[in-house]
Amino acid sequence: MKKFVHSSKSIRADIFFRWLTVLGAVIVVLVVGGIVLTLLLHSRLSIKQFGLGFFISRLWNPVTGEFGAASSIYGTIITTLIAMLLAGPAALVIALFLVELAPPKLSRTVGLGIELLAAIPSIIYGMWGLFVFAPFMASHVQPALAKTMPYLPLFRGPPMGIGILSAGIILAIMILPFICAVTREVFMMVPELLKEAAYAMGGTTWEVTRKVTIPYGLHGILGAMFLGLGRGVGETMAVTFVIGNNHNISASLFAAGNSIASTLANEFTEASEPLYLSALIELGLALMVLTFGFQAVAHLWLKSIRKTTGVGL
Amino acid sequence: MKPRSKAKRIFVNRLIMAISAAVSGLFLFILGWVLYAVIMRGGAALNVSFFTRLPTPPGVPGGGLANAIIGTLMMTVLAIAIGVPIGLLAGIYLSEFGQESRFADVIRFMCNVLMGTPSIIIGMFVYALLVVPAHRFSGYAGAAALAILMLPVVMKTTEDILKLVPNTLRESALALAAPRWKVTLGVVFRAGKSGLLTGILLAIARISGETAPLLFTALNSPYWPRRFQEPTANLTVTIFNYAMSPYTDWQQKAWGASLLITVSVLLLTVIARFALAERRK
Repeated sequence: MKKFVHSSKSIRADIFFRWLTVLGAVIVVLVVGGIVLTLLLHSRLSIKQFGLGFFISRLWNPVTGEFGAASSIYGTIITTLIAMLLAGPAALVIALFLVELAPPKLSRTVGLGIELLAAIPSIIYGMWGLFVFAPFMASHVQPALAKTMPYLPLFRGPPMGIGILSAGIILAIMILPFICAVTREVFMMVPELLKEAAYAMGGTTWEVTRKVTIPYGLHGILGAMFLGLGRGVGETMAVTFVIGNNHNISASLFAAGNSIASTLANEFTEASEPLYLSALIELGLALMVLTFGFQAVAHLWLKSIRKTTGVGL
Repeated sequence: MKPRSKAKRIFVNRLIMAISAAVSGLFLFILGWVLYAVIMRGGAALNVSFFTRLPTPPGVPGGGLANAIIGTLMMTVLAIAIGVPIGLLAGIYLSEFGQESRFADVIRFMCNVLMGTPSIIIGMFVYALLVVPAHRFSGYAGAAALAILMLPVVMKTTEDILKLVPNTLRESALALAAPRWKVTLGVVFRAGKSGLLTGILLAIARISGETAPLLFTALNSPYWPRRFQEPTANLTVTIFNYAMSPYTDWQQKAWGASLLITVSVLLLTVIARFALAERRK
């Protein structure tokens, strides 16, 4: 490389290299811009045709060309809600276990296990959900739920295994590792001094956690929850396998339903009519807006805790 | 604070601790349950013809998914060839040139947005960009979708790793009159080599099990992947199609493919983790 040194050639090579890296960065902007533009452009037809009614209409009939997103949006919200109700508290207590309770060796093993859970692809959970977990739900869990709480409309109907409830539970298993990882970091960020002061006052581990650790890291924990929410909303394959794929809104959690992502996975390649395709792309647009919203909130809150503690996540 | 008896406080503490240990145990159990199902059912489906033969119609015994294995490998390699260089360049820009500038912050924000975008939406984007104009599903489109998925992962780890390289290294190389590109590729990259490799491995692990972005791009095919301009066979979409079919021999093949995917993803993840742990030491 001696010949480059101090020559104009070397300066030109440097300028070229710099612009090459800028190009790489610009490609990222182009891709994100392209995604948003594509969704907006291709959903125009459906937006013009159905207006805001698209989001409240329960009709979904490709034959007559009538499309409404209500059942998909309902399914997305309910499955994600079930997932958050299960995974949120579970992630909190597992993080507590990892940080405060378990001996270091056990903590590392459990931590690795949770990390592996996060690495398993969505479609594998789908296979397990459809062939192993759904039959288990149908034969054990759903009859038991129906028996103990017969007055609740949530647990009525035939126990088929597949349906909204199973999809929600599998979603919970899938987002838990992400929430848990961030919550654990947040717990570890709490200054030892604060915790030791609380212990010195005679607090038990749980009291210190509830009155010092959790309030101190509240923003971070909420950020972790929203991160999980953003992930759960867009999760596609596992949900598609077990949700039953039915454009239906039912009070029962045992019923088959669908989510925005599962509708897209099932129907996108079948959509031959321009209006059908456009309606599906409008669903995609709604999904993009939802995930972006959740993630924006998550990053905002995680950023604020990082600023106050000065430790990177 | 309300005065409470010591016994009660200790009891509540023990109860919560027991619950947290039980929930942790439950999730390890679920991990074991998933792995057990995949290994038992998938192991039963694997044999020599699984790796060497084309799929057979339902009901016809034998056959394999050799075409899907090759198709997945081909698309993954092409995705790496596209996604890794762009991700590396963008990461270099952020750590070496952009740093704290306004534009670099915009790029970081875009990278986060892309990281959080559901993979099925990336599939739709590539469908509109490559499949619609060409009037056909293709292996190229599939590889492009996977490359987009890799991009933010490679980019973020590259930036993080390069930032860890001490500035004194850069300064001493520049003081020897080495050009900037030489400093970056020859000195900074060498210092962060194992970290960069880890990032790339994690990115590959992320795309190895992806199904949603391939559904509308590569589609699937029962034939050998001869040309990339056609729908290309791949393992994950095959799992989806076969699992949803009513034929038990197809479902069994789906389990075999699931085992293959799970093993490769977990292997990549564990290798990457150990490489990272080694580095931290």
